[in-house]
Amino acid sequence: MKELSLNILDIAMNSVKAKATKIEIGLTETETSFTMTIRDNGCGMKRDFLATVTDPFSTTRTTRKVGMGIPFLKLAAEQTGGSFSIDSRHESEFPENHGTETTAVFDKTSIDFTPLGDIISTIVTLIQGSPDIRWIFVHTTPKGSAELDTDELKAVLGDVPLDNTEVIMWVRDYLKEAYSDMEYGFR
Amino acid sequence: MKSLAELAAIKEKMQDKVVLREGSSDIRVVVGMATCGIAAGARPVLNTFVEEVSSQGLADKVMVTQTGCIGICQYEPVVEVFEAGKDKVTYVKMNAEKAKEVVEKHLKGGKVIEEYTITNAKA
Repeated sequence: MKELSLNILDIAMNSVKAKATKIEIGLTETETSFTMTIRDNGCGMKRDFLATVTDPFSTTRTTRKVGMGIPFLKLAAEQTGGSFSIDSRHESEFPENHGTETTAVFDKTSIDFTPLGDIISTIVTLIQGSPDIRWIFVHTTPKGSAELDTDELKAVLGDVPLDNTEVIMWVRDYLKEAYSDMEYGFR
Repeated sequence: MKSLAELAAIKEKMQDKVVLREGSSDIRVVVGMATCGIAAGARPVLNTFVEEVSSQGLADKVMVTQTGCIGICQYEPVVEVFEAGKDKVTYVKMNAEKAKEVVEKHLKGGKVIEEYTITNAKA
């Protein structure tokens, strides 16, 4: 993947597939580190599947036997000297609080750090594709933060769906402004 | 700063249209958004379809949706166009420019761009 925001889109799609109703994407930056956490309340993974999930030959897809999403992210984090972890509670074992949490930590100063890229398009794409999910996005940097909770938008919109194009455009502009307010340097 | 008041204005404007739109789309555009599609560049393709369909005034007629892996990863980004009473059209190796063209010529003009379909593609 050319941008971290594409890994984020890809990993969040797993949460969508796990039938989550709430997905939180947290990005936390310091001057030297970048941490991303994706947490969902989906069906979770069973222990034996979880143990093999960073292996490319472990996949939920039915069209072929290779799944590269998680291995890609793990590689992207570890090649900077960072770390990767994934934790999951399957609904059969945890009927009350099932879900999955994926965390990747990157060293921003590493020459192998993949730039974040167009994170706004990733968020917009996720909302457009799954407007019924509650998306919570928080990106914290030393200069400030960009935040979005689709429940707050729904409270205003009522019956108008989140995938309405004008709403989607508003979300794009809203995030654009949030990033320009904190003078975020996309690269 | 973008405000929630603006969002309320969108709601006012949309309310009448929403009822009309549901279930009335004649054409469905499906973009493959699994790892293979995303890595190959499906995100800008999807966003171009969403924006162009709206700006060309096709929102009542065309619905843009996402799907997982279609199974022909070597041809990604893949876009399928479904229209009632017609054969499915599969566009392959798409990008934002081609997406724009598909909206203009196919979704608006009704003419399939054969050149971009899987029938004419090399893997």
